[in-house]
Amino acid sequence: MDLYLPIAGLSVNMLVIVGLGGVVGLLSGMFGVGGGFLTTPLLIFYGIPPAVAVASSATQITGASVSGVIAHGKRDGVDYHMGWVLVAGGAIGSLAGGWLFRTLQRLGQIDTVVGLLYVVLLGSIGIMMARESIGLLVSQWRGAAPRPAARRHHPLIAILPLRWRFYKSGLYISPLAPALLGFATGMMTVLMGVGGGFILVPAMIYLLGMSTRVVVGTSLFQILFVTAATTMVHALTTHAVDMVLAALLLIGSVTGAQIGARFAQRIKPEYLRLALAFIVLVVAIRMGLGLGWRPAEIYSIEPLA
Amino acid sequence: MKRRRLLPLLTIAPMLMGAEQPKLVPDVSQRQIDIIYSFTGAELLLFGAILYPGGRAPTKPPEIAVVIKGPPEPVLVREKARIAGIWINADSNAYRSVPSFYALASSKPIGTIVQPRTAVIYELGIDNLQLSPSSGGDPAEARRFEEGVVDLKRRGGYYSESAHGVEISEGVLYRARIAIPARVPVGRYTAETYLIQDGRVVAAATRDIDIAKSGFEAFVSRWSEKHAIIYGLFAIALSLTLGWIAGQISDRLKR
Repeated sequence: MDLYLPIAGLSVNMLVIVGLGGVVGLLSGMFGVGGGFLTTPLLIFYGIPPAVAVASSATQITGASVSGVIAHGKRDGVDYHMGWVLVAGGAIGSLAGGWLFRTLQRLGQIDTVVGLLYVVLLGSIGIMMARESIGLLVSQWRGAAPRPAARRHHPLIAILPLRWRFYKSGLYISPLAPALLGFATGMMTVLMGVGGGFILVPAMIYLLGMSTRVVVGTSLFQILFVTAATTMVHALTTHAVDMVLAALLLIGSVTGAQIGARFAQRIKPEYLRLALAFIVLVVAIRMGLGLGWRPAEIYSIEPLA
Repeated sequence: MKRRRLLPLLTIAPMLMGAEQPKLVPDVSQRQIDIIYSFTGAELLLFGAILYPGGRAPTKPPEIAVVIKGPPEPVLVREKARIAGIWINADSNAYRSVPSFYALASSKPIGTIVQPRTAVIYELGIDNLQLSPSSGGDPAEARRFEEGVVDLKRRGGYYSESAHGVEISEGVLYRARIAIPARVPVGRYTAETYLIQDGRVVAAATRDIDIAKSGFEAFVSRWSEKHAIIYGLFAIALSLTLGWIAGQISDRLKR
């Protein structure tokens, strides 16, 4: 079933896009991540122009996180105070990202920079997750009780001036720390088309030392608003938001997420984490090889306004 | 509209005035191609008749070449180079008018039926396209970039040549099929037909073909450009609504 995408300007197989959304949704349901880091590269691989892939993927993530925010909100799993600080940082980050995107596009380096970002971020996160889950599995196998992680914010955070109390997170820290974190993920959303959950969640736990009960809900809350802001930034600057593409992805991903969530209940979380680390590393390695290999196309054409 | 079509005829008027020359009566199957949701490309049929002065075909019948050209656009061509182990865009060259689409079909290989000079004048053949570089640089470098562009466009299906794409029956009627791929840019295309005898163009005719997004597709792309704020808000609202509905459905299913 072929469908013409009005903004991407090409005809795609509808079932392939819905299926792609479904596979990413399945993974996101299983692992509790947004899956934007898979959607964007896969769309580009399928032939969607990179700008359209990044922008529409952000739009899709907005829809994919709605029900999560509502569910976590109902069981008091969102620290709105912290959430708004993150969103404020994220909104500024997405504006800065939009400016950076345009500048890099003009210089012709956007693809390279996005590729490098993927390799560095996914590579380091993947290695971290793999080390942690392997360590956990090894200690379980030996029969030793896993070391309880000390929930304490990073010493660097304590240096920052101006302290606020975040009751639900159980923190008394400077709002600059979450604002900067939000800024970084907002920028990533614009540049890479990812929600940033895979950075946000570990950073909230290990850097800020937030109470784990509100981590996922609050990160989803931030992702919801920041991806919406990103959609707006792309709509206004690159004009690359393809509604039809986003809707197709969304249909696939919400369906896949339901199946994934059910599937995940039957598997031990340690194995899930290891599997996710593996997928993240594969994507990072693939992107890294893509940068180093001689590309299929040496020349590229872009229209001059 | 009429004047535009007459123009190519006027350019060859001096030739027509000399001896009695055959005339062309060309047409295309579609003057307007609408891109709608199900658009996967189109096939244009260019057909027509050759009218000879005496009413009968000469012993050595002429040849036909048809060209479909997309709207020319200014482009920037970038060249990747390996720097510090990774491939990044390094050098670039700007061109003022690169045809977004070019398809040539002829009754025999184009090189064997026209003189090289004629081929250059009428831009017959992909190698004869004039891309007009806007930065006057090293000619060898300009050629390298042009080859890169042409190669890219050719493999993308935007540029094509078909050496036996025109069928001439009884020396009088001709027809050619040219495929328009789904990814072509929108705009005004021209279909040019050339009647070629003894290596020269003896008659030519042009028809315009408009390729435009239509219906919902046109609506969406117009709003994304002209009313970006409303478009953005609508995209967010759509995404939120779809996500919310999906959440409601899955809640029902769980109960």
